[in-house]
Amino acid sequence: MSVQPAPLAADFPPGTGDFDFTSLIPSLRGSDLGLAFTKMTFMVWLGVALLIIFFLVAYRSPKLVPTKRQWLAESVYGFVRDGVAKEVIGREGIRFAPYLTTVFLFILVTNSFAIIPFFQISPNAHIAYPIILALLSYVLFIVAGVRKQGFVQYFKVNLFMPGIPWPLYFLITPIEFISTFLMRPVTLAVRLFANMFAGHLMLLVFTLGGVAMLGSANFFIKGLSVASFAMAIIMTFFEFMVVVLQAYVFTMLTASYVEGALAEQH
Amino acid sequence: MDLLLAATDIRGHLGTIGYGLAAIGPGIGVGIVFAAYIQASARQPESAGFNRTWLIFGFAVVEALALFGLVLAFALT
Repeated sequence: MSVQPAPLAADFPPGTGDFDFTSLIPSLRGSDLGLAFTKMTFMVWLGVALLIIFFLVAYRSPKLVPTKRQWLAESVYGFVRDGVAKEVIGREGIRFAPYLTTVFLFILVTNSFAIIPFFQISPNAHIAYPIILALLSYVLFIVAGVRKQGFVQYFKVNLFMPGIPWPLYFLITPIEFISTFLMRPVTLAVRLFANMFAGHLMLLVFTLGGVAMLGSANFFIKGLSVASFAMAIIMTFFEFMVVVLQAYVFTMLTASYVEGALAEQH
Repeated sequence: MDLLLAATDIRGHLGTIGYGLAAIGPGIGVGIVFAAYIQASARQPESAGFNRTWLIFGFAVVEALALFGLVLAFALT
């Protein structure tokens, strides 16, 4: 399954090259289609398939007294609906709960591949996937705002805050434009990407560093490689925390942007 | 620059130093966010659950700056 080259001491300072994967289908390697069937895309397909199958099975025959699987599916949806959509957006937010749950679970599952043995890298460590997720949320909150308030009113509320002296608009409007319409999607994408990228790099540093130390001629450095491997295990637990936190943060921020777009006042 | 290199024989990537500098501000910021959360929930323990949402929010917004530094350190090679 893993196409990653065997870790060698020569690989030690890990770099961006460790994030490149060749095609899973050998005959396609080097061609344009090669990048369509890599370990990354395989993990995304697998994650989506797992989610769809889980929810189909859990809701095949819904009962009033839920079964264990149905309870799990309902409590995940209930958590996002009550804990994120209702709490951040308010009563109106229930409409957005399905999207928020989908995004939360998709990011949670794809992020989890970062710590599952034999996968050991998250698809979100390639910026292409977070960019698409961020664009979806970007379009969602703009469309939600425009549909609620109308095109002109929405941009007027967001770019020209009411109640301040007019010369200040020269200062405020560019800042508001940059922070709302440029920085929001960029930070959404970069935050998720950089967390998974840095997490994988950190694991590589300690694992490959351990291998490099083990290959050393010096007896003491050889013995100290144990510390490096132990650190890799600790970092894996830390990574688990980051995985869950980033899925939650992405959902939370999307909800909060939608809330800002729906608000009549700034 | 070349003279400095020849004199000291230091080699490496300037992005590493840049990331270190970029992490100072968010480091202080994240500290303030968590300190405020601990203080708020110590003074009013019943508000801890409500504040946790905004703790995560503030943490995520501040942390993004450090992550920009990390990405740029790799991007501007």
